Amino acid sequence: MESSLFIDLNLYSILALFVVGFVGGMVSGFIGSGGAFVLTPAMMTLGVPGIVAVASNICHKFPKSLVGAMKRHKYGQVDVKLGLIMGVIAEAGMLIGKQVMTGIKHLYGDVGTSLYVSVVFVIVLAVVGTFVLRDAYRMFQQEKAAGAEAPHEASRLARWVQSVRIPGTMVYFPSIKAQVSLLFIVPLGFATGMLAATIAVGGFIGVPAMIYVLGAPALMATATELVIAFVMGLGGTVLYALDGVVDIRLAMIILAGSLFGIQIGAIGTTYVKDSLVKLVMGLIMVIMLFSRFFYVPGYLSTLGLIAPIQDSTIGYLKLLGDATLVLALGVGGLTIILALIKGMVAYRLAQGV
Amino acid sequence: MSHPKKPITATLFYGIASLLLYTLLFLNADLFIEWAERTKDHKSLFLIPVVVAFVFSYFHGAFTSYFWEILGLRAAKSGGKH
Repeated sequence: MESSLFIDLNLYSILALFVVGFVGGMVSGFIGSGGAFVLTPAMMTLGVPGIVAVASNICHKFPKSLVGAMKRHKYGQVDVKLGLIMGVIAEAGMLIGKQVMTGIKHLYGDVGTSLYVSVVFVIVLAVVGTFVLRDAYRMFQQEKAAGAEAPHEASRLARWVQSVRIPGTMVYFPSIKAQVSLLFIVPLGFATGMLAATIAVGGFIGVPAMIYVLGAPALMATATELVIAFVMGLGGTVLYALDGVVDIRLAMIILAGSLFGIQIGAIGTTYVKDSLVKLVMGLIMVIMLFSRFFYVPGYLSTLGLIAPIQDSTIGYLKLLGDATLVLALGVGGLTIILALIKGMVAYRLAQGV
Repeated sequence: MSHPKKPITATLFYGIASLLLYTLLFLNADLFIEWAERTKDHKSLFLIPVVVAFVFSYFHGAFTSYFWEILGLRAAKSGGKH
């Protein structure tokens, strides 16, 4: 392993990673995951090789998720059993996901991998993101009409999943308040891991799956996602550390910021309703989706499917794509801060403090 | 949350411990890089980043929690709604 894998750090790069870590941590504390999608490109922009960026990112993810999960466990929001079971299965999904990526790279090169990532990206973010956002909107309308929090209702699919009895596979989960067959949990956990290996945020499948397929409330699903992220992050770190590609300096700088952030995100969840958690998640997913539009012309040009585009233009478009990712994280972070301030003010007024 | 007492001592303790850990890490950054590079031949060295991450998360995690608490950022009573 050459030392060139580990870049020289300066004050600018330390500060940049600290700030991105902070906002990423805040979003993770609130919706269970996030931040990773900005951190890897951010590190690569600073000159960190791709593999070290991924490895160092994942090495900050597991301690961050651990701190967040413990904090939200105190608030009674974590389903440890569901998190651990899904986490272990997600670990397997992540390994297979990595294999798939390597396989595609061997067959079709880097552009093939980029296109595969883009397709998964667009399908998951467009379909799931729009669905989550629509559900948040529906809940807001309900709350506006009723003047109170919309009660948690399991979806029709979740009610069906809970009604299926397969002897020998039934497990009771406190977050769902029902028994669910492990046979339903396995594909969901697996898909969470596969997505984590592909677009770095498994939670965009894990959380909606726990809400809409299993019937868990959004606040519990996002808190439980932190346990899944911890298990996946720990496994991933061990794998990358065995290859000697974890830059512990980078990981700990990001952790320094993200632990400040994750506390805010976790505290924020105690002041909001399920609908707001869904809104933040849906917003981030849909904004992230737009980042792909800026990358695709570059891939198509490289593949010769459209007239060649100048390298400088491709670089400029990529920068716009990265900026859109930062925007997604920023909008998420800002919404959380606003909700927290609003919630705290209302709470203190109600308490007469 | 009705506990007005601010945990100043705990914040200071974990804050100093956290600062100390970061100082140690960066003063010995070359050593950590060397260990990472040697992991290929000495597999057991993979434990170093894992242990470092756990230790940092314990001290820095406690510090950041107390830090926001003394600034008045606290969870709503009894926490989550579910």
